[in-house]
Amino acid sequence: MTAPLLTASGLRKAYGPTTALDGADFRISAGEVVAVMGPSGSGKSTLLHCLAGIVPPDAGELRYRERDVAGMSDSERSALRRAEFGFVFQFGQLVPELSCLENVALPLRLNGLRRRAANEVARMWLDRLEVGEIADKQPGTVSGGQGQRVAVARALAPEPRVLFADEPTGALDSLNSERVMQLLVHAARETGSAVVLVTHDARVAAYSDREVVVRDGRTRDRLGWAA
Amino acid sequence: MLCIVAAMIGHTLLGLLEAGPSHGYDLKRAFDDRFGRSRPLAYGQVYATLSRLLKNGLVQVDGVEHGEGPERKRYAITAEGLTDVEQWLGRPEKPEPYLQSTLYTKVVIALLTGRGAADLLDTQRAEHLRLMRELTDRKTHGDLADQLICDHALFHLEADLRWLELTEARLDRLAAEVAG
Repeated sequence: MTAPLLTASGLRKAYGPTTALDGADFRISAGEVVAVMGPSGSGKSTLLHCLAGIVPPDAGELRYRERDVAGMSDSERSALRRAEFGFVFQFGQLVPELSCLENVALPLRLNGLRRRAANEVARMWLDRLEVGEIADKQPGTVSGGQGQRVAVARALAPEPRVLFADEPTGALDSLNSERVMQLLVHAARETGSAVVLVTHDARVAAYSDREVVVRDGRTRDRLGWAA
Repeated sequence: MLCIVAAMIGHTLLGLLEAGPSHGYDLKRAFDDRFGRSRPLAYGQVYATLSRLLKNGLVQVDGVEHGEGPERKRYAITAEGLTDVEQWLGRPEKPEPYLQSTLYTKVVIALLTGRGAADLLDTQRAEHLRLMRELTDRKTHGDLADQLICDHALFHLEADLRWLELTEARLDRLAAEVAG
């Protein structure tokens, strides 16, 4: 087995009196697709937010390629997210004023690519996600399935080492959901990105290599419950 | 259950014969191509079914070829056979009630014997997901027929998983009822 890219052990996180994570473990290697499953309120989204450096854990160890993420400052975590991670959420969260092409090009521009080069890469990614024909349209004028494919293209275009997907097909019908998952997993495997896939949908989780179950803020994988 | 399967094979062969007369061997191939990918028909099943259909007047022998091997009969659907297919297609299938669930029985026995059922449910969930991964992979690389066949199985497995999740959430209550 390859060395884990991202590891977490004993993660704890509370929001006021509510414990969201109560000692969660996690690991993912390059190119792996891991589904994080569990009932509503089990802590799976909080786990994703901690793993992705969006919120710092209250306790526990979190390492990304041997770097201590739990001990990073806000700006360090922000830089890490921008350079190494990609995100897809349930509702694409595309910028409504920009065209689909500009949305996909945006993170590339932020990473320093010039406009023409960024647009070329963005167009290639839209084609790859089978939505090349809507490049010049604004997100508000395309269907939910098309919009979500644009969001996947935007997340994968900078070729992140880890893609975090939180209920990426939650707002789609069965057919669109299936196609988005096929394209997402195929594209991630081609770029070698690891995928952390939060979902309550077993048919979506079936696209993963393995699953981790979160219940009452604790995780369980094939090795059993975390301590 | 065996009778239901035999009847379905009979209706399916009749439906395939609507396209035109055929030999038993070609019917078996047509059946396997469309419906028997994971469980092909045995030759014995094909010929036993055809002889039953012949006896009931739903097919007739359309011709016999004499060659070096055994003689080959060509079968054709009769007017009664056509009516039978028509009625079969128009009749809704009885929905499976799944009231005698082995999983439910296991959960109750685990609780009755003081073992706890959470591990049982978790192990089952992992096994269901393993099969769902296999089917999803087959679906992703297969043709439309594969996709439809796998989807049917995937939706049923998903229903099982929802039941497992709900039962997990109700385990404490069930344990109290079983103990009472």
